[in-house]
Amino acid sequence: MSATVVNHAGARRQKRGMKVWPLLLPSVSVLLVWMIVPLVMTIWYSLQNYNLQSPPAQFGGLSNFEYLFTDPDIPIVVWNTLLLVFGPLVVTVCLGMAFAVLYDGPFPGRGIARLLVITPFFVMPTVAALVWKNLFFHPVWGLLSWVEKLFGLQPIDWFSSHPMVAVIIIVSWIWTPFATLILLTAMQSLDREQIEAARLDGAKAVSRFIHVVFPHLKRPISVLVMLETIFFLSTYAEIYVTTMGGPGTATTNMPFYIFSRALQGFDVGLASAAGLFAILIANVVAYFFIKRISEHL
Amino acid sequence: MKPGSTRTKRDPLRTVLGWLVGIGMSFPVFWMALAAFKTEQDAAAIPPKFLFAPTLENFVAMSERVNYFHHAWNSIVVSFASTLIAIALAAPAAYVMAFHASKFTRALMLWMLSIRFMPAVGALIPIYLILVALNLIDTRFALVVITCLSNLPLIVWMLYSYFKEVPAEILEAGRMDGARPLRQLWYLLIPLTLPGIASTGLLGMILAWNEAFWCINITATNAGTLALAIASFANSEGQFWAKLSAASLASIAPILVFGWFTQRQLVRGLTFGAVK
Repeated sequence: MSATVVNHAGARRQKRGMKVWPLLLPSVSVLLVWMIVPLVMTIWYSLQNYNLQSPPAQFGGLSNFEYLFTDPDIPIVVWNTLLLVFGPLVVTVCLGMAFAVLYDGPFPGRGIARLLVITPFFVMPTVAALVWKNLFFHPVWGLLSWVEKLFGLQPIDWFSSHPMVAVIIIVSWIWTPFATLILLTAMQSLDREQIEAARLDGAKAVSRFIHVVFPHLKRPISVLVMLETIFFLSTYAEIYVTTMGGPGTATTNMPFYIFSRALQGFDVGLASAAGLFAILIANVVAYFFIKRISEHL
Repeated sequence: MKPGSTRTKRDPLRTVLGWLVGIGMSFPVFWMALAAFKTEQDAAAIPPKFLFAPTLENFVAMSERVNYFHHAWNSIVVSFASTLIAIALAAPAAYVMAFHASKFTRALMLWMLSIRFMPAVGALIPIYLILVALNLIDTRFALVVITCLSNLPLIVWMLYSYFKEVPAEILEAGRMDGARPLRQLWYLLIPLTLPGIASTGLLGMILAWNEAFWCINITATNAGTLALAIASFANSEGQFWAKLSAASLASIAPILVFGWFTQRQLVRGLTFGAVK
C-alpha cells in the first residue's frame, strides 16, 4: 500500500517536473544569450588592436591589457569606483535607517511627509545631477554659496575642490528614498507586540531598537546593500552631466573611464579589455554579497 | 487601536523632524520647479527669489528646441513595454522556482543575480556593434529589448519573493482540479499576488524611465527617451538655468505624478523577500 503511494507520488513528481521546466526556458534562455554573447565578443575584441577609425582589426595579444595595467590612472579609477560604491552606501543606509525609524511612528501629515521624502527616487539621475550642479553647487549663483555667504563663509566651489563629495551627495540624494522605502516596509512588518513587550519590560527606546528592531532588519539591510551596490557600480549619468570625470581623473570611475578613454577614442580593443576588468571588479564585489544573500534565499 | 499608538500620536519631535526631513529631501525638486517658471535673471538672482512674476517662456523655448512629446512618448513606450515583457518572461520562471523548487533553483537564482552585477559598460561595445550590424541603432525596439533584459533578473527575483508568500496548499487545490501550470499561474497565482506584481511593475518602470546609460550611448533623436533629451539639452543650453529647469521639470513630471499616485503600492511592496 505504502509502496503504491510512493510510486504514485514519484510518478506525479516526475510528470510535474517534465511539465514545468519549459516555463523556465524563456527567461533563462534570453539571459543566457544576454550574458554569453557580449562576454565572448568582449573577450575576443580585448585581444584585438581594433580602432573604429582605423579598421581592420589585428590580433594584438595582451597588448590592450598591458596598456590598461600600465596606465597610471587605473589605480585612481579603481579607487574612485569603490568610493562611489561605498560612500553612497554608507550615507543611504544610515539616513534610510534614521528616516525609517522616523516615519515608522504616526504623526499628523505622515503620508504627505513620506511622499515628499521618496520624491527624489522618481527624479532621473541626469536631472538630479543638473539641479544640484546648477542650482545648488554653483560657486556664484548656487543656493549653497548664498547660504555660505549668509554665514560669512567663503563659498565652496564644490566641483573643483570637492568633486567626489559632490557626486556622492547627488547619488545619495537619489537613493536614500529607496533605502528608506525598503527599511520602512521591513520595520512595519515587525510584530508590534514584541516591541510593546520589550517596552513593558522596561527596555529603553535605544535598547529596544538594538535588541528587537535591528535583528529583524539584518536581512532587509543585506538585500538593500546588494541592490544598491549593483546600481552604484555603474554610476554614470551623474558624472556625465556634472564633472565629465574631472577635474583630471578625480571623479572618473570604471564606467566613465571606459566611456571617456576608450569609446571617445573609438578604441574597441582597449574598451573591451577595460570592460572585462570592470566585470572582474563587479564580480569580486558581488561575490561577497551574493554569498551573504544566498544564506537568506 | 493598538496600545501605544495614542501615546505617540502627539509626538511633537517626530512631527517636526518628519516634516523637516520631507521638505528638505524634496526641496531640490521644488526649487527646480520654481526656477522653471522664472526668467533667466530671476533664476540666477542673488539673493534667491522665492517670489517672482511667473512666466511660461522657458517652456515655449524648450518646445522650440526639443520635440518633447516625441521623447516623452519614447519614454512611455520603453518603460511600459520593457516592464511588461520582463514580467511576462519572469512570471513563469518565478512560478517554477517558487513551487517546483529543485536542487538547481538556488543556483539559478544566484546566476541571474550575478548577471545583473555585470556592469553595462562591459557589454556596451559588443551590443553596440551588434546593433550597428542589425541596423538597430537608435530604435525603440533595441532600447526596449536591452532595458527589459537588464531589469529581468531583478523582476524574476521580486516575483519569486511574492509567489513564495502564497501557501502551496492553494495551488495544490488547483492542481487537484486538474489545472495545468500555466492555468494555475494565470487563474490562481497572478490574481493572488496582484499587489506584489504591481509594485514589481512600478519599480521596473521607474528604473526604465530613469535609465540613462544605454539611452545616451545607443539612441539619438529618433528613439531617445527624455533622459537623452535632457542630457543633450544640457549640453547645448547649459548656461540657461531657467530653460534647463523647465526641460528638467517636463521630463520628470510624468513619472513623478505616476510615482506619487502609486507610492502606497511601492511602500508596501518593496521587500524583495527580505521580510518573513
